[in-house]
Amino acid sequence: MQEEMTGAEMVVRALKDQGVEHVFGYPGGAVLPIYDALFHQDQLRHILVRHEQGAAHAAEGYARSTGKVGCLLVTSGPGATNVVTGLTDALLDSVPIVCITGQVPTHLIGSDAFQECDTVGITRHCTKHNYLVKSIVDLPRVLHEAFHVARTGRPGPVVVDVPKDVQFARGTYARPRDNQHKTYRPRLKGDLGKIKAALALMAQARKPVFYTGGGVINSGRHAAMLLRELVHMTGFPITSTLMGLGAFPASDKQWLGMLGMHGSYEANLAMHDCDVMVCVGARFDDRITGRLDAFSPNSRKIHIDIDPSSINKNVKAEIGILGDCGHVLEDMVRLWRETAARADKSALAEWWRTIEGWRAKKSFSYRPSAKLIKPQYAVERLYAAVKNRDHYITTEVGQHQMWAAQFFHFQEPNRWMTSGGLGTMGYGLPAAIGVQVAHPDALVIDIAGEASILMNMQEMSTAIQHRAPVKVFILNNEYMGMVRQWQELLHGGRYAESYTAALPDFVKLAEAYGAHGIRCSDPAKLDEAIAEMISTPGPVILDCVVSKEENCFPMIPSGKAHNEMLLGETVEDIGAVIDERGKALV
Amino acid sequence: MPDTSTSHYPAAPKVEPTARHTLAVTVDNEPGVLARIAGMFSGRGYNIESLTVSETEHASHVSRITIVTSGTAHVIEQIKSQLERLVPVHGVRDLTIEGEAIERELALVKVAGKGEHRVEALRLAAAFGARTLDATLNSFVFELTGATDEIDRFIAMMTVVGLVEVSRTGVAAMSRGPQGM
Repeated sequence: MQEEMTGAEMVVRALKDQGVEHVFGYPGGAVLPIYDALFHQDQLRHILVRHEQGAAHAAEGYARSTGKVGCLLVTSGPGATNVVTGLTDALLDSVPIVCITGQVPTHLIGSDAFQECDTVGITRHCTKHNYLVKSIVDLPRVLHEAFHVARTGRPGPVVVDVPKDVQFARGTYARPRDNQHKTYRPRLKGDLGKIKAALALMAQARKPVFYTGGGVINSGRHAAMLLRELVHMTGFPITSTLMGLGAFPASDKQWLGMLGMHGSYEANLAMHDCDVMVCVGARFDDRITGRLDAFSPNSRKIHIDIDPSSINKNVKAEIGILGDCGHVLEDMVRLWRETAARADKSALAEWWRTIEGWRAKKSFSYRPSAKLIKPQYAVERLYAAVKNRDHYITTEVGQHQMWAAQFFHFQEPNRWMTSGGLGTMGYGLPAAIGVQVAHPDALVIDIAGEASILMNMQEMSTAIQHRAPVKVFILNNEYMGMVRQWQELLHGGRYAESYTAALPDFVKLAEAYGAHGIRCSDPAKLDEAIAEMISTPGPVILDCVVSKEENCFPMIPSGKAHNEMLLGETVEDIGAVIDERGKALV
Repeated sequence: MPDTSTSHYPAAPKVEPTARHTLAVTVDNEPGVLARIAGMFSGRGYNIESLTVSETEHASHVSRITIVTSGTAHVIEQIKSQLERLVPVHGVRDLTIEGEAIERELALVKVAGKGEHRVEALRLAAAFGARTLDATLNSFVFELTGATDEIDRFIAMMTVVGLVEVSRTGVAAMSRGPQGM
């Protein structure tokens, strides 16, 4: 099927052909023909944001909560530069998004024209791939290829830069039949020999652990289900990175909680002491490993990843399996069952006893207060209030993000949207809007800090306009809490610029946007305030005033090993529950 | 050495021995592909000692890039993986680990001088097997093709007899034997 149309019409048509239903964006001079094409149709819904960064995060939230490719449309120059943070965020967290940027007409490229910037040059380092389309002839192919590249292999952001004259030009549109890149063919199936070797290693393990990450979520729901099956069949303990939460249910008894800098004591010590580590779709990031030369010193490591550059990048894997988590897990489940493989039962029982000793330390415990709302308590109460509803959680970045990861227990994949790799303050609100657009009837909550939320506060206006009833749950301690914590622990308590002075009145701010605002500072009234937030139909900001100087524990200080973890004071009070060896590790 | 306990990041790894590797990379000859590859090297802190690029299969728009880089064994592995994951890259081959590859570059060398220097320059050029592309009463332009260290030696000699200017192509390389890329 071939049709004559303009470049702008091709953009809209290609998005529809790729199954896009929502596009986040902001108009401007160099994309007006595409906006004109959007005006003439009503299948593709445009969500007008208030800043292009918001469009990128909204597309990320949309993508991560649905497993589909998120899409955004922005203009040249400042439109393109404003999405750079969002693109980088998507690159580090492997989120598939396609960003269409307008560009000045081809004959003006390089002349420093109004709102011109070298978009492909600027975004080359923060995208998986990018294109400048200089001819209408290439446009249909590039548009479809962009979606293919974004979603295939290790997903990531792709930019298509379309000059204005190409948008006006007429050409022939045809949807490519196979919709594939001519050479880009990531390997999906893992090497069977290596998978068998991995299973043999697992069957001999005495102290095994599964360490899983965002790759399992990206691989799709079936991968999470296969992971559950494999974990249950083997009886091994499992921990996950921040990005992988929800792939394995937090209510399961084999679940050790999140690992890493603010992960649980049992997860980190299990990683440190294990003899076989099965890493599925995670990348041994520095927030996970701590001091590299002391990272899990006695274990043999299996690493499953779709990106060849992730294997052996930071940590040497004895068995590196290149492939998609879902495909590899499928083979592992099948072969484990076929060979009736079995782990060493008595060794495993002994390992679990050790782990239970660590678990008994209750490393996430905190000192409750009747006068002040403790931030941990706030997240616990929020979880209690929403756990039986269809809910999605996004966060900003900082202490509140870690408390959310520690105290909100995820049971399902794609329910947890957070900026892990880049650590982008301001991610949560636009991401929540993206999630809400994809799931209009679900309860979508942005767990925020008062500092982060101000970075993209303007998106409240987007939420109001598009009737996206997102709930913003601010843990307000008047500090950039994580910065303050580092200054307290590592910089002698000199709180340089980390106090959020001159904060707005969030209740009035909510009202100014046309949303509902609630403030709560009394622990006794917290449940009531949360109930009001949930039952109010439109967007809500709940300003939850929490204790100001609470630290996020446990914590592995940077440059330290997993067994050099700092625990909160309340945890050390109950030190008696662990044995001498365990104490030596604190 | 900063105190790692207050750093946000783990300490730098220990220094390990480095080696020089020659990589042959085939890529789609599309705009920006060279910037993508050069940018990957600079962005991730890898070295480029030499980089040569030209289209090799015109009909299918395929170019061949020869990169000479150096790094620890681990860094070389990372460089290859990072190259492989770039969308327009077809294939990466490490010629150094496949046995001694043939490596050649071409240099144009201009010398100027009179009397003994001039005679000596001509004598050295003949000894190295360089061709004389241009001659005036007080200058020569020589062309020499050879391995990198041979060209280095030639240029060092020419410095003594009045070197004016050097232009080098960088390394083109190919493995020995019947196997293709």
